[in-house]
Amino acid sequence: MTDNKTSDQGILWEVFIQSKPGIPHKHAGSLHAHDAEMALKNARDVYTRRKEGISLWVVPANAITASTEADADSFFDPADDKVYRHPTFYTVPEGVKYL
Amino acid sequence: MTKDEALFEFLIRLGDNGLVLAQRLGEWCGHAHQLESDIALTNVALDNLGQARMALSEAGKVEGKGRTEDDLAFHRTEMEYRNNLLLEQENGDFAQTITRQFLFDVFQYELLMGLKSSSSEFLQSFAVKSLKEVSYHRSLSSDWMVRLGDGTDLSHEKMQDALNLLWQYTGELFEKTEADKVLIEAGLAPDLEKLKGNWENIVEEVLKKATLEIPDTKGFMATGSRRGEHTEFLGYILAEMQYLPRTMPEAKW
Repeated sequence: MTDNKTSDQGILWEVFIQSKPGIPHKHAGSLHAHDAEMALKNARDVYTRRKEGISLWVVPANAITASTEADADSFFDPADDKVYRHPTFYTVPEGVKYL
Repeated sequence: MTKDEALFEFLIRLGDNGLVLAQRLGEWCGHAHQLESDIALTNVALDNLGQARMALSEAGKVEGKGRTEDDLAFHRTEMEYRNNLLLEQENGDFAQTITRQFLFDVFQYELLMGLKSSSSEFLQSFAVKSLKEVSYHRSLSSDWMVRLGDGTDLSHEKMQDALNLLWQYTGELFEKTEADKVLIEAGLAPDLEKLKGNWENIVEEVLKKATLEIPDTKGFMATGSRRGEHTEFLGYILAEMQYLPRTMPEAKW
């Protein structure tokens, strides 16, 4: 876990927004707040002013474990030549959204 | 006093409260202690500006002399403004801005709850739309009251100072005029005196959590806005806000 120091601005939080029912929350950005309640209000004010969403998650930035640059080769390159893992060999039925 | 004259006075109060508060909060744009609060305050400003525009437009219609929202906002002097004295008070520090906001939000919430059952269709829909905004404002300012009041010694002191300064302006929120009698009789607006009990209960509850004390003003409360008598601050706000349309009346975006 990386450090998430309290400054006079609070700790860093990552914000996730769900834009429509049924689809996943997406990372929108980050902000500072002193606790979860304040983080949620700040997220509402900073990230949903233009009807961006219907639901918000806030997560302390240091609760997120991220892959590192050094891992990139072993993590991601092996997928390069495995095109058969893409579901592109199916016909998508009409009317299916958000696939 | 006719029903329309009373309604005009009421809509002007509603509009001027929103407009003056929006102008004050707008002064924070780019100056708050952190980006998040900067945006929060300007969001609240814009909500209030939207409410002001609706109320002033409707006031123009009710008056029936062809005045638009802009005519009413930019071409009235402070003697013709009917915003409560509380709202024109200076931003001061963040403590003062939040305290002013909190005392008003609780009042505005109670007023809008009362307007939901108004006999005016406009006021009903105004209340329904604005309540969503004001519920959030009230929750935001209450949070900050508790956070800073029950915070560090310094933040507590600043909040108590703000409350000591602003409390004297809360009395006239509930003052009634001739217009109020007409409005209450016609079922257009709630009796302001009857909102006071709920306002006091909520304010006291939050202040208790915030470990803040209601100052003893020995019965003194500032008064005047119902008659257009304002504190020294409103003139400066209007001078800045009205400068452009008064200097260049034909100016367009």
